[in-house]
Amino acid sequence: MAFDYDKYIRPGKLPHIWCPGCGHGIVMKGLIRAIDTLGLQKDNTAIVSGIGCASRLPGYMDFCTLHTAHGRAAAFATGVKMAKPEMNVILVGGDGDGTAIGGNHFIHACRRNIDMTYIIMNNNIYGMTGGQFSPCTPTGAKASTTVYGNPDPAFDVAKLAIGAGATFVARGTAYHATQIDKLIAEAIQHKGFSVVEILDDCPTTYGRRNKFKSVIEMMNRLKDIAVPVKAAEKMTAEQLEGKILTGVLYKEERPNYTDEYAKVIERAKK
Amino acid sequence: MEKTPANIEIIEKYCKGCHICVEFCPTKVLEMKGFVASVKNLEACIKCMQCELRCPDFAIKVS
Amino acid sequence: MAKKVAFLQGNEAAAQGALYAGCTFFGGYPITPSTEVAEVMSVELPKIGGKFIQMEDEIGAMASVIGASLTGAKVLTATSGPGLSLKQELIGYACIAETPCVIVNVMRGGPSTGMPTGPSQSDVMCAKWGTHGDHPAICLTPASVQELFEETVRAFNLAEKYRTPVMVMPDEIVAHMRERIVFPEPGELEVINRTAPTVAPAEYKPYDTSFGDVPPLAAFGSGYRFHVTGLNKGQDGFPTTKAAWVQAEEERQVRKVDANVDDIVQFEEYELADAEVAIVAFGSTSRSARFAVNEARKQGIKAGLFRIKTFWPFPDKQIAALAGKVKAFITPEMNLGMCTGEVKRCAEGKAAVHGIFRVDGEPINPGQILEKIKEVK
Repeated sequence: MAFDYDKYIRPGKLPHIWCPGCGHGIVMKGLIRAIDTLGLQKDNTAIVSGIGCASRLPGYMDFCTLHTAHGRAAAFATGVKMAKPEMNVILVGGDGDGTAIGGNHFIHACRRNIDMTYIIMNNNIYGMTGGQFSPCTPTGAKASTTVYGNPDPAFDVAKLAIGAGATFVARGTAYHATQIDKLIAEAIQHKGFSVVEILDDCPTTYGRRNKFKSVIEMMNRLKDIAVPVKAAEKMTAEQLEGKILTGVLYKEERPNYTDEYAKVIERAKK
Repeated sequence: MEKTPANIEIIEKYCKGCHICVEFCPTKVLEMKGFVASVKNLEACIKCMQCELRCPDFAIKVS
Repeated sequence: MAKKVAFLQGNEAAAQGALYAGCTFFGGYPITPSTEVAEVMSVELPKIGGKFIQMEDEIGAMASVIGASLTGAKVLTATSGPGLSLKQELIGYACIAETPCVIVNVMRGGPSTGMPTGPSQSDVMCAKWGTHGDHPAICLTPASVQELFEETVRAFNLAEKYRTPVMVMPDEIVAHMRERIVFPEPGELEVINRTAPTVAPAEYKPYDTSFGDVPPLAAFGSGYRFHVTGLNKGQDGFPTTKAAWVQAEEERQVRKVDANVDDIVQFEEYELADAEVAIVAFGSTSRSARFAVNEARKQGIKAGLFRIKTFWPFPDKQIAALAGKVKAFITPEMNLGMCTGEVKRCAEGKAAVHGIFRVDGEPINPGQILEKIKEVK
């Protein structure tokens, strides 16, 4: 049976602004299915984003939606969650938004382990501004500001999140569509700050400059480089060369921020 | 296994012609007709939903 | 019953004023000389079930208060010069998204790190022009600890009434001096709460001008679902580039303040009835000015004081009227002529304007002002 996405999308908002073949729409569908699976209430769920292509996602969603400033999603969302801890707070955005200009807010949300879920659509590029390199652009890759090849090393978003203290970190790809909703659902259910990185494709500003002949080639690359964590356990370092692990990469139970602040309130009231 | 034939709805005004559904259909049910996806061989559909899941544009509904 | 009296520091009074106004959320970042506001809020807010968060930076602090405000909370942040510069990005966001919030900015020497512990009045232009684009600006400049309390309450009222950020800007002297303060009883000062929507959630639009220039703002999590963005938006809250909508919305945002100047602008006139020399001053400098006026009067010089309480919107009308009556204005200020320029603009050449500027971290003393009065009388 076809899934009824319309139930969660604001009437009249489709088609979305994303380019042909951009994976953001696939991620949005995964998010909708995860929300449906968990039965999250629209009135009690905030979807918060920064600036950029991926950050346009909340506008389509029939929830309490907050399209903030560049990089600031995690900080705005922290205010929402602190003020109303009973709300589900989901953050969405791209790699440039989240790890460059928003890097500070990102790592501190991880550190606080505030109970929110952050979906980072990592397409290795600043798409909306026309394809400048981001902190997630691979070394050597071409962007409009690295026409001679990117001299910068790239962030590993998942490792960054784990290192900063996120207590649930997962990775999927836009190709592996069936996995996206499961990862997001598990992340939302996790009590604490959860990060789901979705490796995504930007055919318009990344693909064209980096010799991908088509969207399909970009999708196939995602298919080829992804190795589920379980499968990776049986692989040699040589076999894992150039591969990226997918699935739930890290999980731990640690006190979350709003619960801890509730204890502060108890102590203050004594 | 349910044997009722599939129904594939393509919302043409949403389709941006990215080819993803056509390329990754395991039984080659779909084709491009001009700029939009279209059903070529409905009988071959095994209702695996891969096209619907991967369509970035909310343009395919399989039931 | 006698009212509660205390000997309080200015910053502490600002925090107490916020609590009186019903503030339940503070997001901040430590910065001299405003930190005591955060410290008091961190102690007092959890006692009433409110929330205090020390964010990772100034921008994050501003973001957190806007986020919290959208859930219906009355929100406060506090900062000082460098922090005000950083916050400008999201002050603009609060202006366009029309999210009530109060910012206490304690003025220290600048630009940049400047003189962190020295007093200054050089952020007043930053309060109006700091963020890019056309936007409304409300900025209050109290001159005493008592007034810092009361003006913080008023700042919350204006923020909630007009759905816009409001700045309370004591100079470092007012923020750090200790004075006697008489706490108003609950209900004694007016406390304005946000107008909640009256329409059903399905009909709700966050910028619906059929309710006037200040449309009701619903809260996230209250059954109303809506979209908030920093892009130019239509009445429904969704981004638009439709020329007529953008123009109308931009004009309305600014009109919220411009059309309500008489409600917002407050000032004090002292010995102005027959004055030939009018001193225009604000904050701690106005206290030196009052002393100088008294001294001048003793010496038979007809001097008076126009004390600015609301710096933005500027008291244009009042200064223009004075310009027709006095021979000269004297504008002492701890910057290099910010208020002076405004007074000149309003005076339109009808009266001379003589500035006294000090940016060395020292207050302007009454003697300096008195000397100038004698010089220009």
